[in-house]
Amino acid sequence: MDKMPKWADILLIPLISVVLALFASGLVVYFIIGENPFRAMAIMVNGAFGSAYGWGYTLFYTTNFIFTGLGVAVAFHARLFNIGGEGQAYVAGIGAAIACLLIPWPHWSLALLAVTILTSVFGAAWAAIPAYLQAKRGSHIVITTIMFNFIAASLMIYVLNNIFTIPGSAETASVRFPETTHLPNAGEFASFLGFRSSTPLNVSFFIALVAAVGVWLLIWRTRLGYEIRAFGHSETAAVYAGINPIKITMIAMLISGALCGMMAINAVQGESEQLRLDFVAGAGFVGIAVALMGRSHPVGVCFAALLFGMLYQGGAELAFEMPAVSREMILVIQALVILFTGALDNMVRMPMERLFLSFRREG
Amino acid sequence: MTAPAIELKGISKAFGPVQANKDISLSVAKGAIHGIVGENGAGKSTLMSILYGFYKADAGEIWINGNHTQIPDSQAAIRAGIGMVHQHFKLVENFTVVENVILGAEDGAMLRPSISKARKVLIDLEKEYGLEVNPDAIVEDLSVGHQQRVEILKQLYREADILILDEPTGVLTPSEADQLFRILGRLKDEGKTIILITHKLREIMDITDTVSVMRRGEMTATVKTAETSPAEIAELMVGRKVLLQVDKTEAKPGDVVLDVQNLRVVDPTGVERVKSISFQIRAGEILGIAGVAGNGQTELLEVLGGMIPAQGGTVSLHGEQIDLTGRESDGQSRRRRGIGHVPEDRQVEGLIMPYEAWENVAFGYHHDVKYQSGPLMNNAAIKADCAEKMERYDVRPPNPRLPARNFSGGNQQKIVVAREMDRQPELLLIGQPTRGVDIGAIEFIHKQIIALRDAGKAVLLVSVELDEIMGLSDRIAVMFDGVISGERLPSETNEGDLGLLMAGVNETKGAA
Repeated sequence: MDKMPKWADILLIPLISVVLALFASGLVVYFIIGENPFRAMAIMVNGAFGSAYGWGYTLFYTTNFIFTGLGVAVAFHARLFNIGGEGQAYVAGIGAAIACLLIPWPHWSLALLAVTILTSVFGAAWAAIPAYLQAKRGSHIVITTIMFNFIAASLMIYVLNNIFTIPGSAETASVRFPETTHLPNAGEFASFLGFRSSTPLNVSFFIALVAAVGVWLLIWRTRLGYEIRAFGHSETAAVYAGINPIKITMIAMLISGALCGMMAINAVQGESEQLRLDFVAGAGFVGIAVALMGRSHPVGVCFAALLFGMLYQGGAELAFEMPAVSREMILVIQALVILFTGALDNMVRMPMERLFLSFRREG
Repeated sequence: MTAPAIELKGISKAFGPVQANKDISLSVAKGAIHGIVGENGAGKSTLMSILYGFYKADAGEIWINGNHTQIPDSQAAIRAGIGMVHQHFKLVENFTVVENVILGAEDGAMLRPSISKARKVLIDLEKEYGLEVNPDAIVEDLSVGHQQRVEILKQLYREADILILDEPTGVLTPSEADQLFRILGRLKDEGKTIILITHKLREIMDITDTVSVMRRGEMTATVKTAETSPAEIAELMVGRKVLLQVDKTEAKPGDVVLDVQNLRVVDPTGVERVKSISFQIRAGEILGIAGVAGNGQTELLEVLGGMIPAQGGTVSLHGEQIDLTGRESDGQSRRRRGIGHVPEDRQVEGLIMPYEAWENVAFGYHHDVKYQSGPLMNNAAIKADCAEKMERYDVRPPNPRLPARNFSGGNQQKIVVAREMDRQPELLLIGQPTRGVDIGAIEFIHKQIIALRDAGKAVLLVSVELDEIMGLSDRIAVMFDGVISGERLPSETNEGDLGLLMAGVNETKGAA
């Protein structure tokens, strides 16, 4: 059987799925809440893309999701389901705090380098244990990474209550990072686009894009990527070719954990400039949806991350503008998008494949 | 004159641009055994799938026993009295025979009455057709031959009058195949109609009354078996004259290349698969390992190919020991030492099916310096290499960008063969070289193996096809239950003799 063109595979089909999801969301908004779905849609889109303020937040969330989406995608290529992006990001946040608080950096770029290294090392380390258990003991990585999310969340509470505390305050957060570690935000490097200095969008957005290019090179242009994909398609064949399954499982998960952890550059060093308890805010889980929707391809991941960034930011605006639409309702809409793009992917894919084939026969 | 059991009129079916069946007409008389032969991709399976309701024909009519019949799904096929025995059995392994037989044909919500009724019917059927199987045995405990009987019983229980058997002997020993043929003869005597799909010409000649030959979606001929010859059928299948016999000169064995001593393999469940076997292969020599599948040949290939560790023994290549357990025991180390490996299952081991042909050409050799450019893989070089190999090994279509799964079985195998043999390995491990491969490609692959031997390389050939073993090997070793049960020269043995060794009947030298 022939395949569909690549653009249809990684862009058209997700797009159709999203339209279907939004249609279903519209039905929910109209019939359950009794609000005008078109107005709700307009508020969301406008809230996400209508102003430099909206773009700042949308792209800030997008940055988080690109990191976690890429992380999950790399593991997917080795047919490993990394549900632990959330925990890996948590632990990486501790790494970011260590880097920023322990050393008096002369310049933000050095701090950024240190934070990038430490977040990826911490994220990878947190992924290493489930990876090892999977590779050596066959403990299912889905189960272990979920458990490690809980451990990471508890660890985080401990750390913020006992190590990184604000003297004389009950807030579960670290002290603010020194001025010299603050990353330039879009208000500084892109004020000509209308960004204000209060925007959360910062230089780590570019690191995310570089990471996307890096993942593309890794997966499709290097020997390691070749081995990762081969292992993901058939472990028996990988063994036949002399590819070590233990090594590939470990490496793929370490890279995955490192990428998920790098999300903390953006959220901890870039935005909050201190370590806060809830800085991950579900980005690890959204990364799974992003990777699924983006077909584990970096380009697809970037677009899917943008979509979810828009849903996050536009959803917040919607909850603000339409009090009838609660925060939970926004989650329902996001869940519908995940349902249609992830779980119901074949519902759109199969008819589209048939359609393409029939075009080809005529053409 | 009674109406034919099956009459197909002008059946056509296309998948996209591929015309799998083109205006096919076929008539099978009641109570006959009708053979359908053809190369892979000739359209045999498609035609039978249409008859069994898996696919809907684009055009044409199906007549069963003189009635124009619509077969939209397999339920309709069963109602029309058609039963199908698939190449890969569709049995629930941890169910008993009787549970498998009634699966999908239970009478009510409660199982007990159906089972006891079915047990009675089964025992009658078994007696009637000589299909002895214990109705209460668990299917996974049965031999392959008996599992196949369960499949046949399943169809008879559903009152099938027309049985379609798809490559039924692929998994059987010669004696099990003989038993199957006796059963088919009995079924025929009882008035059942049988359609036998196979690529083995000998079976066609032995058992069928009439035979139809398919090529490229068309029915090229239907002849009475008594009035034809294997050579004629082969020519009809391929469209040109083919060599059924392997053409080769006397071997000129040189120095010992592979020396295996007391090799043991224990699988992860603790079963000893290879029990301390020893053999040697010389340069310019083909050692054929015959045996029924599952007697340790697979593990032997895998351990020599570096896929699994050995639990004992030594292996040396040109007198140098090979690491069997440590860091140098993987497939890539073996390839560096000059061991090529064409695995038994190209779809699961030898190829990554979603990978494009060029990616597969580098598979296992992706560390080769010529495939690198700095830290990246040199995809252009691999593609060029692939295009060149496809040209020389006659892979069709010669398109390096096509995913492996889109090639026919024979062409997939040629990709593997090109990759493993083109480097002129000192030792070639080759398992089931022509399984599921069409006749034209078989001829080609056999020639390549002989050519490698004549170039002074050692070849270890594992095959369940006795014809292949006898045609290619310079020496034959038979494996049974993890040991070599006997060694023969092809000139001094025959199928009956090898069949005994394959069944574990060991010679008692000097007796008689």
